[in-house]
Amino acid sequence: MKSINLDYTAAAPVDENVLQAMIPFFTEDYGNPSSGHVLGEKPRQAMEEAREKVGLLIGTEGDAEKQIIFTASASEANNLAVKGFAAANKKKGMHIISSSIEHFSVLNQLRSLQKEGFTVTLLPVDRYGTVDPELLASEITDQTILISIQTANPEIGTIQPIDKLAAVAHEKGIPFHTDAAAAAGWIPIEVEKMGVDMLSLAGDQFYGPKGSAALFVRRGIRLYPLIEGGIQEKGLRAGTENVPAIVGLGKAAGLAFESMNDRSQKVQAIRDQLKQRLFNEVPHLHLNGHSENRLPRNLNISVEFIEGEALLMRLNMAGIYVSSGSSCTSQALKSSHVLEAIGLPPELAQGSLLFTLGKESSEQEIPYISDQLAQVAGLLRNMSPLYHQYLKEGKNNNA
Amino acid sequence: MPEYSEKVMEHFTNPRNIGEVSEPDGIGEVGNPVCGDMMKFTIKVKDNRIEDVKYFTFGCGAAIAVSSMVSEMAKGKTLEEALKITNKQVAEELGGLPGNKMHCSNLGADALHKAINDYMEKQKTETGSISK
Repeated sequence: MKSINLDYTAAAPVDENVLQAMIPFFTEDYGNPSSGHVLGEKPRQAMEEAREKVGLLIGTEGDAEKQIIFTASASEANNLAVKGFAAANKKKGMHIISSSIEHFSVLNQLRSLQKEGFTVTLLPVDRYGTVDPELLASEITDQTILISIQTANPEIGTIQPIDKLAAVAHEKGIPFHTDAAAAAGWIPIEVEKMGVDMLSLAGDQFYGPKGSAALFVRRGIRLYPLIEGGIQEKGLRAGTENVPAIVGLGKAAGLAFESMNDRSQKVQAIRDQLKQRLFNEVPHLHLNGHSENRLPRNLNISVEFIEGEALLMRLNMAGIYVSSGSSCTSQALKSSHVLEAIGLPPELAQGSLLFTLGKESSEQEIPYISDQLAQVAGLLRNMSPLYHQYLKEGKNNNA
Repeated sequence: MPEYSEKVMEHFTNPRNIGEVSEPDGIGEVGNPVCGDMMKFTIKVKDNRIEDVKYFTFGCGAAIAVSSMVSEMAKGKTLEEALKITNKQVAEELGGLPGNKMHCSNLGADALHKAINDYMEKQKTETGSISK
């Protein structure tokens, strides 16, 4: 049976070169980087090399050693950046600005901070999911201590004008954090050029292992650790370092830095072909997000008159693996906050499908994917009251 | 995706009785796109029995399987018997539903009852108009 992963943002295979780089640190070079004796030397060295490579991927200047903190996930990096910053800087003010389409690892901690007395402003986005820098400027108060806006959205792929948003923040002297988990490894990121003060990224988004991630923290930014204990990671994250994962992250960052152009161009070309074929072959599709200003491997469409989980299950039976922003596919039974924020009507949000491609994706798969989606959409529409209503009345919400 | 029973998967894969009966005697609609599930049941009644029942469903795997199961359970039953079918029974017949699907997607019996009540209301009005 076919097995086509179109959900690479959920999980991707670790690059073979990454795996090989990691293996010695499980058994041969297993030492603890904090050890004063010889066993700690190689792991310590490997860890610092990994820091250099991550720094290279995101365009840090100067000492990577002092600016990259390894974490176990981008969610953790986001928590360290926002909660860690809030705790260390609340005397300066208690207002934080973010956007309504952030990842839950930002949104949910902002909700917690509100309970602790912080005021939070979530900026709305336009129909493509873009944050307006002028709107950001208008929401800054003398109490604002931090602005956190993602580099690109993992669901609809929209890329934010981070340099402009960071410039607005810096005009008022406010530090700027960006969650680059979906973007790092796929589009060029240069923290110096973009002017960001903190940046989160995840290795598993660019062929590193799960559990490998990092937070860039510009020198001079004060944070409190989330995990207290020893002085690993400059005292910002206690606990023995996960050396194999860190080495894997470094290797993956190095490979992503070297091959980003080729990789992204190839994936984008396949994505564009897939999009075109689907829109040609399957009637009543709706593109979510921006047609051009989006992550190269991201495609998000709504299949009108159908609910996403049923689509997912049918495509799964055909060996095609995708995800959806429908409420039935979420554990909380709520449809995607991102699709709501861009103003998508509920019935379209329910029928959303997220395709994320990977370097393994092949254009040869496109006809099969398109045929299957056409077939599944036809089948489910045939039993959809919304579709029959449309056939009778000859109109729909996007007319 | 949630863990569905074999029976749910079987009904989802091969749903029975999809469609709309011609000149329905009763129509019952429940749900809306905001919650993610919508069902429209239509029935044909003859001699106080459900002679035919069909449905259109917009919703998740559970919603589709529930609709299919309800249509099978209701067919041939008297109206009184069909009114006794509960959402809980439907879930049991399907070999159980995931906890979070019990309320949002398990609306089939409600839709069926609405269709039966719609038919009964129409009967009343018709009887009323005859007696005038």
